[in-house]
Amino acid sequence: MTELKDLEITYDKPNWCPGCGDFGVWVSLKNAIVQLGLNPWEVVLVSGIGCSSKLPYWVKTYGFNGLHGRPMPVAEGIKLANHGLTVIVIGGDGDQYGEGGNHLLHAARRNIDLTVIVHNNQVYGLTTGQFSPTTDIGEKNKANPNPIMEAPVNPIEFALAAGATYVARGFAGDHKQETELITAGIKHKGFAMIDIMQPCVTFNHKNTFSWFYERVYTLEQEGHDIKDKIKAFQRAEEWPLRRPLSEGEKEKVATGIFYQEDRPTWEDVTPQLGSTPLVKHTIDNRDITLLLEELM
Amino acid sequence: MTDIQWLIGGEAGYGIMTTGVMMSKVFTRLGLSVFDYVEYPSLIRGGHNAYYVRASDEEIYSQRRGVDILVALNRETIDKHKSELSQNAAVIFDPTLVKVDPQELFSTILQVSVPLLELANQVGADRLMINTVSVGSSLALLYSDFSVLEKIMQDVFNKKGEEVVLLNINTSKAGFDFVQKNFQNKFFVHIEKQKQKNLLIGGAEAVALGAIRAGVGFAAMYPMTPINGIMTTLVAQASKYNFVIKEPEDEIAGINMAIGASYAGVRSLAATSGGGFSLMVESLGLAAQTEVPLVLVEGMRPGPATGMPTWTEQGDLRFVLHAAQGDFPRIIIAPGDLLECFTYTLHAFNLAEKYQLPVIILVDKYNMEGHSSIAIEEFKIQDSRFKIERGKILSDEEAGVQTDYKRYVFVEDGISPRSLPGQKGGIALSGSDEHDERGLYDEEAENRKKMVDKRFKKLEMCLPEIPGPQMYGLEDAPLTIVSFGSTKLPILEAMKWLAKENIFINFVQVAYLNPLIPDQFNSAIKNAKKTLVIENNHQGQFQGLLREHTGFVSDDHLRKYDGRPFYPEEIVEKVKAMLSS
Repeated sequence: MTELKDLEITYDKPNWCPGCGDFGVWVSLKNAIVQLGLNPWEVVLVSGIGCSSKLPYWVKTYGFNGLHGRPMPVAEGIKLANHGLTVIVIGGDGDQYGEGGNHLLHAARRNIDLTVIVHNNQVYGLTTGQFSPTTDIGEKNKANPNPIMEAPVNPIEFALAAGATYVARGFAGDHKQETELITAGIKHKGFAMIDIMQPCVTFNHKNTFSWFYERVYTLEQEGHDIKDKIKAFQRAEEWPLRRPLSEGEKEKVATGIFYQEDRPTWEDVTPQLGSTPLVKHTIDNRDITLLLEELM
Repeated sequence: MTDIQWLIGGEAGYGIMTTGVMMSKVFTRLGLSVFDYVEYPSLIRGGHNAYYVRASDEEIYSQRRGVDILVALNRETIDKHKSELSQNAAVIFDPTLVKVDPQELFSTILQVSVPLLELANQVGADRLMINTVSVGSSLALLYSDFSVLEKIMQDVFNKKGEEVVLLNINTSKAGFDFVQKNFQNKFFVHIEKQKQKNLLIGGAEAVALGAIRAGVGFAAMYPMTPINGIMTTLVAQASKYNFVIKEPEDEIAGINMAIGASYAGVRSLAATSGGGFSLMVESLGLAAQTEVPLVLVEGMRPGPATGMPTWTEQGDLRFVLHAAQGDFPRIIIAPGDLLECFTYTLHAFNLAEKYQLPVIILVDKYNMEGHSSIAIEEFKIQDSRFKIERGKILSDEEAGVQTDYKRYVFVEDGISPRSLPGQKGGIALSGSDEHDERGLYDEEAENRKKMVDKRFKKLEMCLPEIPGPQMYGLEDAPLTIVSFGSTKLPILEAMKWLAKENIFINFVQVAYLNPLIPDQFNSAIKNAKKTLVIENNHQGQFQGLLREHTGFVSDDHLRKYDGRPFYPEEIVEKVKAMLSS
């Protein structure tokens, strides 16, 4: 039985800003690992660069902290090499929707059995507050005195269109739901993306915890059918907006599972990955005599 | 002595490539020594393709100038190549497809007019198979027994079913019979069949075979000339040898997938050309920083940018040496001939794992896409000598008991034992940030210095297994050629020609370019009288590298950067000029 204390590291502790939503994701992820009864040594957390990507440093599982935007292909390589492992990608909105967008697109269509947790704070925190791909239209701040007029990425629609088989949005202010979404995402056999709205308390003065508390609702309470992709798109279309807010209008931010389906994974359709992971195959003394003789 | 060069030219899309390899196979089966070289533009249809196959009853290493049999599938081939024809050459063409003015070729040239299309149609083949008719026709000029080609057709098309085999046999036989009937003994060369001891292999195939033998478990490659042949070969063998090859969305994904798979414990390969390598650069540093073993093939072609995608150059030497930010160790190996493409790939996989660093195999279009006949025994010897060495990996027993494992623990040789995800006692963080022994980010000055030293210590530790430069020819020679990579092929050919004129030069081949060990190089050239550095780039990247590491100043150099490989004729001319001055 894995307990929370098995996931604690003793020689370091998180250095996120006090009140940062990353703490919530950190706790929820550990809870999910415990609830699922996963052995810590059979879990690999793969991250890129950004505040959230430091998370693997502070969970006692295997961790690989790679380059900005590139954790996805590293995770794919790990999963193909040893598909018995639980591989979880941790990234931010810059990592996944900016620099690494192409990898997200392709991992989703392949339906590789990974769980991607995106800490979406709609801002580049580590580099002091520049716009991110998910910054709300019309936003301005100290780093950007002119309002941004680019429409933001809609991560849910992007993942749905790319072919992800589990697509959810969480909110760092709701730990219970966050843990449930992560647990279900890890359990899901296939590509699971969980976009977590995680307010940056230092650099995002608009999309704060209270901003979200006033706008979130759960899909579950609305009776949303998670098998209905069209409905999922309709819900996803509600927010973020690609136009400035009209007068008196207030956003509605749906949370929960938007969509889930069963589809063969990349591992399923790779015949070499049967019951034995690649890493367990012996490679000594491969006989190439026949290959040489065929060249005669 | 027999030494002929055969050339087929035509529009892309008419099977020029397959016909070229087929002809190489014919010569190999007849027991001759073979080398082939293909020129083509980056197009699927249209554009001019030219496939040169040279064959001899003495050992040959490269293509040469001059064409003895020209198969012209279109008029353009005659226009482009008639100046290359040797005095008694034969030109095979279909008069209904290619108009040749009887006066335009020298009277000594044998005009082999063959109704290729009509013959194809007679046996139920279409226009796309006139190349197959031409192979039969070519053989009949040189050799009187069709059975060699019949056997090849069976072996090559076996997998496609009996009907395809039969069609290919009938089509080539039609060409063979026609030429045998109408042109028997008209050509100046007749081949004597020798006992076959060689196989025929392409450089890309040789790298792939090396990777398979070395235990590759995962490969990721985004298609790019000239490494596509590595993919093709690997894909066909993946299920037999239980490894996975994937086509990633881009080269960045490719190298990162390979890093991930290697981190998880399987031997991993990425391959690309200069453009793709440009995208991989940051991740090369990631492999070095996280100390994940990685083997990467870089197939050079003329750049910058798109450059000349299907031609050859050695212009990326400095690039692979210095690619990525920061100061970190890497090993760079440049195979010359096609056997080395195999053996150095074997070595690369061991080096990467033993020293936990990136190893780059630097090749080019010339040795990747060319084929050579090489004694099968040579491969078997290298195969039997090879032993997989995986370096320091925690055994499952060790990993089961360790409680305070440190992935980057400081040890004397700099090589910290690797744990693999799944091992209970090996839990650790591998990070791209500068880190302490546990893998946690650490920016203290003392730790930083120790970590950089640790990583470079590994390069020092590998020195005893870095082979020194290879010397060809006699120690005492009036002139020494120094070179690296695929230029070895025309250099050896030129040396053979010079020896026939009693000019005995020697050649120092540097294959291990980083680390480059000054003592090894200096001892290899200590008796050199005149020296000549040959390389396929404008700036003399290799010459500069030698100067930088060893202080070596060469007397002269020969450089080429027109997208074409060196020809032995050019090297002979240069050597003679140097010796007479």
